[in-house]
Amino acid sequence: MKPRGLLSRIALALGLVFLYVPIISMIVFSFNNSRLVTVWDAAHSPTLKWYGVLLHNEQILTAAWLSIRIALTAASAAVVLGTLAGVALARFGAYRGRMLLAGMVTAPIVMPEVITGLSLLLLFVALGQLIGWPKGVGAVTIALAHITFCMAYVTVVVQSRLAGFDESLEEAAMDLGARPLKVFFRITLPLILPAIASGWLLAFTLSWDDLVITQFVAGPGSSTLPMVVFSKVRFGVTPDVNALATILVLLVATGIAISSLWMRYQQRRRERDLQLAAAANL
Amino acid sequence: MSSQATPAAPPAPASGPDSAYVRIRDVSKKFGGITAVDHVSLDIRRGEIFCLLGGSGSGKTTLLRMLAGFETPTAGTIEIDGQDLSRVPPYERPVNMMFQSYALFPHMSVERNVAFGLEQEHLGRDAIRRQVGEILEIVKMSGYGARKPHQLSGGQRQRVALARALVKRPKLLLLDEPLAALDRKLREHTQFELLNIQQRLGVTFIVVTHDQEEAMTLGTRLGVMNRGCIVQVGTPSDIYESPASRFVADFIGSVNMFEGQVYANGADGLCIRSADLGCTVRAERAAGCPRGATVWAAIRPEKIQIARAAAGTAAAPAENLVAGTVREIAYMGDTSIYLVRLDSGSMLRVTLPNVLRGAEGPIAREERVWLSWHGSSPVVLTE
Repeated sequence: MKPRGLLSRIALALGLVFLYVPIISMIVFSFNNSRLVTVWDAAHSPTLKWYGVLLHNEQILTAAWLSIRIALTAASAAVVLGTLAGVALARFGAYRGRMLLAGMVTAPIVMPEVITGLSLLLLFVALGQLIGWPKGVGAVTIALAHITFCMAYVTVVVQSRLAGFDESLEEAAMDLGARPLKVFFRITLPLILPAIASGWLLAFTLSWDDLVITQFVAGPGSSTLPMVVFSKVRFGVTPDVNALATILVLLVATGIAISSLWMRYQQRRRERDLQLAAAANL
Repeated sequence: MSSQATPAAPPAPASGPDSAYVRIRDVSKKFGGITAVDHVSLDIRRGEIFCLLGGSGSGKTTLLRMLAGFETPTAGTIEIDGQDLSRVPPYERPVNMMFQSYALFPHMSVERNVAFGLEQEHLGRDAIRRQVGEILEIVKMSGYGARKPHQLSGGQRQRVALARALVKRPKLLLLDEPLAALDRKLREHTQFELLNIQQRLGVTFIVVTHDQEEAMTLGTRLGVMNRGCIVQVGTPSDIYESPASRFVADFIGSVNMFEGQVYANGADGLCIRSADLGCTVRAERAAGCPRGATVWAAIRPEKIQIARAAAGTAAAPAENLVAGTVREIAYMGDTSIYLVRLDSGSMLRVTLPNVLRGAEGPIAREERVWLSWHGSSPVVLTE
């Protein structure tokens, strides 16, 4: 889209400034030599000092590794459960308890995180007393909690994808002799794979940066990266947090760039195919 | 498991060419409080193309989906070749369907699409490849096996869908509005090709359509549906020339219909006096009707002659002859449609072929004309 006229140029500039100036200033300050976050040490900057400090910070590295493991587990489990729930809601027609399922599945999206976190903590404690599992709070309970709320988002994504595609594809497969389970794995699953993939990415990012729910269900020795960053910031922002944040921004930006390039490539290819098909009209 | 896997069994004695191959007995389907299909009974013969014709909401699609197994009848039975299929799931029926949207699997190539049905029967890879090749040959899509559905044109997709539905050699092929997604030129071409393929393979076809032209050219027999019921079954010419009710007469083609009273009932036909029409209609081919009964006379627009002067001597009181003024002329190329206002005030529609090129002295608007028709043309309808 071309910005036309002065007004739209100004709007574009303002938008970009609001969105990106905070991030850019954070990136710039991550190369600051000064110990004080807000004071620019012109004499010795830029420097990679804080990146080096970061690499030797055992606490941050451990937390980052834990966060990655939890996010991977939570996203993968949430994708399985969320897909099943999405299929049940979009394809099984009307059945007893459908409304209840629809409501319960999307509850974590609308519920305040504090409440979700608190109720999960109560559940885990009660379960621990009743059946002896889970034993205390820690990485396992964090993962369980993350699965719970990530699943809701996956369900919504999968359900809307299923609602958008032609049910006669599944009927055609059944008509050709495939049993329902086979129809699911050969037809439905491949077709909703893009939705499942984006659901997984969404779940991964949600789990990766969740703080509120995590704090309720975390235990000693199970601090995730957002918890560590948050506790560091409470004692004043140190420049190595800037460095950490810059690395995260870089990772996310690369991921987005790759996926949008891929999508544009797919789009071009599809348009070319459609033109070819139209030209070959019999 | 699938009975389609078995090679063509010797025909059971009950399924000769004339007896019912598909037997629908008193089938009803209710969705909640709504009756979509209402006590339908229908016999379909082996090797014929049967067209279910009806408007939207007439229940034709629901009936088709019950034949495919996607819906279970609320009551009644469906038998194919002597086998009761009413409760058999779609994946175990010797029936295949061509969907209106074609429903080609977008993530599979043409070849994989067509092979899908055969793979479910666990045939060997060579057998599958051979059969897929054969059927793609028949639908003239041999060179396109590696393409994906979105790389095909509408007509090509239709052929692939047909090949996919036929490759398992079903006992019955269901086609849901098979030509609806094609443009006009392509439709005509495809129509004849479909007939050709059907004759070559001898598969029984049931076609659902709302398009009467499609139904007339494709079908060996038609079943007209209205509000969940079959209102008439017959050959295309039966239905067009001898409709059983006002609904059918009006639904198929266009028709001039006038209410009137029977006043004579003799050997030379039924005489109807119609105030709407302003003349007497004598219908030579009409079943007996009591005198005084209220009936409707239906006359097709192409069966009416138009002339500047009254035909013959107007000595006897005019029968099947009426005067009027031309109000509109629509030139269609091959034919012209004349809308004539009769002296009684009613409008009559007349279709004439444009036989001569640039005929001299054509009938013009606002000209006074005489309309007449042969005594065999009017159809007398009582309901």
